[in-house]
Amino acid sequence: MNAIGTPMKRREDPKLLTGEGKFVDDIQVAGQLWMGMVRSPFAHAKIESIDASAAEDAPGVHAVYTGAQLQEMELWIAPLPCAWPVTDDMVNPPHFPVAAEEVHHVGEIVAVVLADSRYEAADAAELVVVDYEPLPAVASIEAAVADEATAHSELDSNKAFHWPLIPDPEALDAAFANAVHTVDARFVQQRLIPAPMEPRGVLAIPSPHGGEITLYSATQVPHILKVMIAATSGISEAKLRIIAPAVGGGFGAKLNVNPDELLAVTLANRLGRPVRWTEPRSEAAFSTHQGRGQLQHIELAADADGKLTGVRVHIDADMGAYMMLITPGVPLLGSFLYTGVYDVPAFGFTCEGHFTNLTPTDAYRGAGRPEASYAIERAMDLLALEVGVGPDEIRRRNFLAGGEAFENLDVASTLTFDSGHYGPNLERALELADYEGLRAEQKRRRDAGERIQMGIGLCTYVEICGLAPSRALGGLNYGAGGWEHATVRLLPTGKAEVVSGSTPHGQGHETSWSQIVGDKLGIDPADVTVLHSDTAISPLGLDTYGSRSLSVGGVAIAAACDKVVEKAKLIAAHSLEASPDDIQFEAGVFSVAGSPDQTVAIQEVAFGAFTAHDLPDGIEPNLQEQVSFDPPNFAFPFGTHVAVVDIDEETGEVRLTDYIAVDDCGNQINPMIVDGQVHGGIVQGVAQALWEEAVYDDDGNCQNPSLLDYLVPSAAEVPSIVTDSTITPSTNPLGVKGVGEAGTIGSAAAVINAICDGLSPHGITDMLMPATPQRVWRAINDAKGGAA
Amino acid sequence: MIPAAFDYQVADSADAAVAALVSHGDEAKLLAGGHSLIPLMRFRLATPAVLVDIGRLSDLSYITDAGDHIAIGALTRHRDLETSELLGAQAPLMAAVAGQVGDPQVRHRGTLGGSLAHGDPASDLPAALLACGGSLVARGPNGDRTIDAADFFTGFLETALAADEMLTEIRVPKAAGIGWSFQKFNRRAQDWAIVGAAVQLGDAPKVALINMGSVPMRSAAVEAALASGAAASDAASVAGDGAEPPEDLNGDAEYRRHLARVLVGRGIEEAQS
Ligand SMILES: Cc1cc2nc3c(=O)[nH]c(=O)nc-3n(C[C@H](O)[C@H](O)[C@H](O)COP(=O)(O)OP(=O)(O)OC[C@H]3O[C@@H](n4cnc5c(N)ncnc54)[C@H](O)[C@@H]3O)c2cc1C
Repeated sequence: MNAIGTPMKRREDPKLLTGEGKFVDDIQVAGQLWMGMVRSPFAHAKIESIDASAAEDAPGVHAVYTGAQLQEMELWIAPLPCAWPVTDDMVNPPHFPVAAEEVHHVGEIVAVVLADSRYEAADAAELVVVDYEPLPAVASIEAAVADEATAHSELDSNKAFHWPLIPDPEALDAAFANAVHTVDARFVQQRLIPAPMEPRGVLAIPSPHGGEITLYSATQVPHILKVMIAATSGISEAKLRIIAPAVGGGFGAKLNVNPDELLAVTLANRLGRPVRWTEPRSEAAFSTHQGRGQLQHIELAADADGKLTGVRVHIDADMGAYMMLITPGVPLLGSFLYTGVYDVPAFGFTCEGHFTNLTPTDAYRGAGRPEASYAIERAMDLLALEVGVGPDEIRRRNFLAGGEAFENLDVASTLTFDSGHYGPNLERALELADYEGLRAEQKRRRDAGERIQMGIGLCTYVEICGLAPSRALGGLNYGAGGWEHATVRLLPTGKAEVVSGSTPHGQGHETSWSQIVGDKLGIDPADVTVLHSDTAISPLGLDTYGSRSLSVGGVAIAAACDKVVEKAKLIAAHSLEASPDDIQFEAGVFSVAGSPDQTVAIQEVAFGAFTAHDLPDGIEPNLQEQVSFDPPNFAFPFGTHVAVVDIDEETGEVRLTDYIAVDDCGNQINPMIVDGQVHGGIVQGVAQALWEEAVYDDDGNCQNPSLLDYLVPSAAEVPSIVTDSTITPSTNPLGVKGVGEAGTIGSAAAVINAICDGLSPHGITDMLMPATPQRVWRAINDAKGGAA
Repeated sequence: MIPAAFDYQVADSADAAVAALVSHGDEAKLLAGGHSLIPLMRFRLATPAVLVDIGRLSDLSYITDAGDHIAIGALTRHRDLETSELLGAQAPLMAAVAGQVGDPQVRHRGTLGGSLAHGDPASDLPAALLACGGSLVARGPNGDRTIDAADFFTGFLETALAADEMLTEIRVPKAAGIGWSFQKFNRRAQDWAIVGAAVQLGDAPKVALINMGSVPMRSAAVEAALASGAAASDAASVAGDGAEPPEDLNGDAEYRRHLARVLVGRGIEEAQS
């Protein structure tokens, strides 16, 4: 039996597809109060006064609380947490769930209504009259850097921190001083609005006499939430139970500790009634953090052959109005990747974080790494132009280890890449894409002067995932570890139960984990039940983000299975009257070496461990083992993406016609799930390249908060993606790397490289994201001298 | 995304719907497919006190041959227009445009009457009706009247309908064998047009533009050029003339005028081929 490596259908899907999945909003309890949020229409303003009398008198209203009132009620003992103070002197203005004196972004909560229904809560929220004194708004990262106005009145600068990573400054300077070719490029990572299918939502249920509080939240991180809610509310951790029921996607947007979560818990605790809120899509652009938001400056130094000698990067990162859970750490997650898959002797990176009066930023699929791979991969194409070779050739010339296989390789950004084999991966992608054929067709169209021109873009990305060795995180000032916990138990009937500390929200953990356990214990994966996402059932865990579930949590499960088998072997030896050293285990059956007819199945051993009638001396009853696995290294998946676009030179329309992705995430547990992750990830990166951007006006108002104007693509916009993989095992026991974010990390650069490639005859070398038809048309038109 | 409170009534006939409009005046709104009205209500941009649901008036959902024209009930869904063989044969532009509205869900809910009565300059079907030279039948307390499509769209989201009138039928002249084209330019398949053009040739060629002003409109300049026998490219070159298109994240006025020229040019060429 070999479940690992089999494209088994996801066991989660029938339930979800038939509406059996219970999401937070599906859970109804008696006596519940709905929160209705009164939100600031100003990006930056002083709250002069609040008159809630009309709202208090409205039908169904239980209470209205302003920020000032909530502070007086002493509902919390600390502001909302930032777990990643990246430097010791990082500026971190206090962020409370409800603003009391000054608001710092449009949509910040200034009062909360509690009512019997969500309709009454929404109606009453409209009746709260707030008098504001508007202040100058810092409405863009550019304005924040210019520092003419400050986003927080009490601060005299918008700068939050300066973080350098320059291992050898002299070598870096020398590399640029001696360079034959250089590239000096600036890119903009626009803000993105995460749009999981299920918006966020909370339901806090108190037990007024027992003192326990259960919080249902549409979160990726129930374990982290539990610690953080305890630390901010002062409620004992032992009294808190957090449940993430069915969660409809997260992409990082549900990796936070949000005002509504702390409000629901503390109000429910104080009032003794369940308190709930479901995020309306119309509030999501303000009530959930956004992604990206960076100005990037990257410089390359190379020798005469285009071999890189140095890479220097500076990032100005838009924190938004406040530091959320890992806001300042996001750009740093990318810092180690600005040398990409290339052999770069000298490297330097600096990042400055700046406050703006915009929705806070934080993790969004890829978190720092799509930004990094975009910058280096765009810059490599510019270097290719500078040197006069093709984008494929410039990459071949610069691959780490010359494109050959490697393990545990130290790179200039101070990390050790676990494994890689870049050359064949690139060649496979080029072969699948018929790269030569594409170039020939491109030439044909150019020669014929056709209206629809073709662009071909490459991206050879590497990413860092499998967060993370706890020590490494400590070195980066992160406030938690990076281990994962797993418990595996064999029930009396021989079925297995797995308790996972990683928390799925669409990834298919139940399927993949059952495949690992099935193989490890030699039982049918259908006999494996996976428990997760409830801190009462799974008390230890660090949840799902940073493509860590398999390479940390999956390895923990495999290790726990090994421990179960070890103990079962002792019991089997006892019942077979043989020495444990002579016991072999294969496909769920223990046998004595040399006497193949003497066997006992693992299910029988499980029953024996349960009855405990005849266990060897010193062996405890039951078969249950647990492991907290702390990975020795990150994992570094890589791959080559090829994007092919049609560009209508008359209208500026860009149509993605072909997409070829050859990803390497090491060994694959379930290739179908890998394929699904790659597909979704690619579309999210393509979306950044072609459609998505949160646009703000000068006053800090989001111009496109609704899905009418914020263009999340659908299947109709995306071609059938061709996927393939190479397999370079990681150094962990399963040989696995993460794949949840890889697609996003590789795709935006591939698409923009394709567009710039297609437009290169016009002398166009850059294109802002998203490459809207208007932008592309205008670039062509300007290049032609402006005659429309 | 929660609308303000409202009363809800179901009309069991067109006359009953008109009577409800008469008794509630400006306070009332007809609800057909709800695919324009409900979003406005959820954003609280529209706050009608009374909704009169005409969505179940199945006797106003039909596509019939009425001699020189095709008669379409106001409650006919876009999907029925898209798939009607009769419409496809006799007024193919209308059927083709219906198939380009939104996505399948939208097309199964939205109605022709609702789309026209909403009067959105960014909508597809008003432009189609203008290019087809159609007309609309409105029922009020004093009976029916017929309004030429060219006179129907009077301002931004405003039409010639009185507050107590309801659309009951849309009439589209037969146009079998006449060249036509529909050019819709958008960024996602499900979206409204950034700019669009509906072209129907024949004795009096008509060219309607989508999202090129505050109302669904015909391009008099292009039509005049075509009538005087101008070549496609010459006729198209005046497509943006005089238009004051909206400016938004998808395009400024200059880009929209450019798109209008391109799309009208492509439309005329396709219609002529
Ligand atoms: C996601 C989405 C995408 C869409 N994409 C497109 C698109 O690409 N192109 C496009 O053209 N449209 C698009 N639409 C709009 C869609 O076509 C609407 O269905 C249509 O515009 C309105 O029709 P309705 O029946 O839903 O009207 P309703 O929303 O019910 O009503 C609209 C207005 O018309 C009035 N009304 C309705 N029926 C009558 C009547 N018989 N007499 C008098 N007044 C009446 C109502 O009172 C209301 O003021 C889209 C809508 C959605 C939600």
